[in-house]
Amino acid sequence: MKAHGGRLRSALLLLTAVIGIAMLCAAVLTDARAAPAGLGLQSAIDANGQLVDPDLQARFEHIAGQLRCLVCQNESIADSNVELASDLRRQVREMLVAGKSDDAILDYMTDRYGEFVRFSPPLEAKTLLIWGAPFIVLLVGVGIIVGIVRRRSRMPIDDEPTPDHQ
Amino acid sequence: MWKFLIPMAAFVGLVVLFALGLNPNRDIRALPSPLIGKPAPAIALTDVMDPSRPVTNAAFQGQVYIVNVWGTWCEMCREEHDELLTIAQQKVVPIIGLVYMDKRDNAKQWLEQLGNPYAAVAFDNDGRTAIDWGVYGAPETFLVDGHGRIIYKFVSPITPEVWAHEFLPRIEAARRAGA
Repeated sequence: MKAHGGRLRSALLLLTAVIGIAMLCAAVLTDARAAPAGLGLQSAIDANGQLVDPDLQARFEHIAGQLRCLVCQNESIADSNVELASDLRRQVREMLVAGKSDDAILDYMTDRYGEFVRFSPPLEAKTLLIWGAPFIVLLVGVGIIVGIVRRRSRMPIDDEPTPDHQ
Repeated sequence: MWKFLIPMAAFVGLVVLFALGLNPNRDIRALPSPLIGKPAPAIALTDVMDPSRPVTNAAFQGQVYIVNVWGTWCEMCREEHDELLTIAQQKVVPIIGLVYMDKRDNAKQWLEQLGNPYAAVAFDNDGRTAIDWGVYGAPETFLVDGHGRIIYKFVSPITPEVWAHEFLPRIEAARRAGA
């Protein structure tokens, strides 16, 4: 019993670690969805290009950070200095001032430039694999760990006798 | 058995993934346009040579036409220009030019010096028309069918091969389809 207890403890430790990693993955994912290009957002927006309404400006920065600059594909239109990015920033500002919703602006861009213009693909049927892949990999990992732990401990199925048997 | 099969399957999977992802012939900058099959956005601008003259793609409605996005700043457009002149001589389809991110005078000078393959050249001063067409660089070329739908987009300079293998068959097909 004592020896088995030790193995169980190590198995529990492993499981705790796995759950910890899973939670970390989830946290990183949700964070990525909220603000994929949070760093240096202000740097590419010139001082006089700010929207007067601070709420609109905040929404502008959020949207511009989510849109990919297609000329320099790893930069957002908020971070990029190329002319296309500034044209698209103007478009986003204008649509915000015109009272368009965030979704309407993102749809406007997606209709013209395709899903690729968005850094985080929307969660829908065809993107399920992208969003689900980390969890699938996690499940496979858990499966492998559980398999290894089981084999190493070589516990018989009825290891802990139930009161019936005694 | 599994000890051998699982790593083998993983290896083969990776090889396929890399073969697709690292294919040197694949242009990573060429993106599929979501506008394929959709109605061509309106072009309602002015002529690059004469600001008082309007240029619209509505004037070409009902026929197969090409929209070619270019700018004098774009080196590859210079490369493409000779091919466009050759294509224009064949008189297969009218080509509408869309001058993108450029100055009117520069574009004017370019056409005067190198020749003008375009049926009409629209001057997109503020890039709004380009946004509507999902343009992200130059040269970009769109093929519009007789129903006013974009049926093909080509990113990069048109070469004789591209014209013969990508454009001509599609133009033929669009015409056969009744427009």
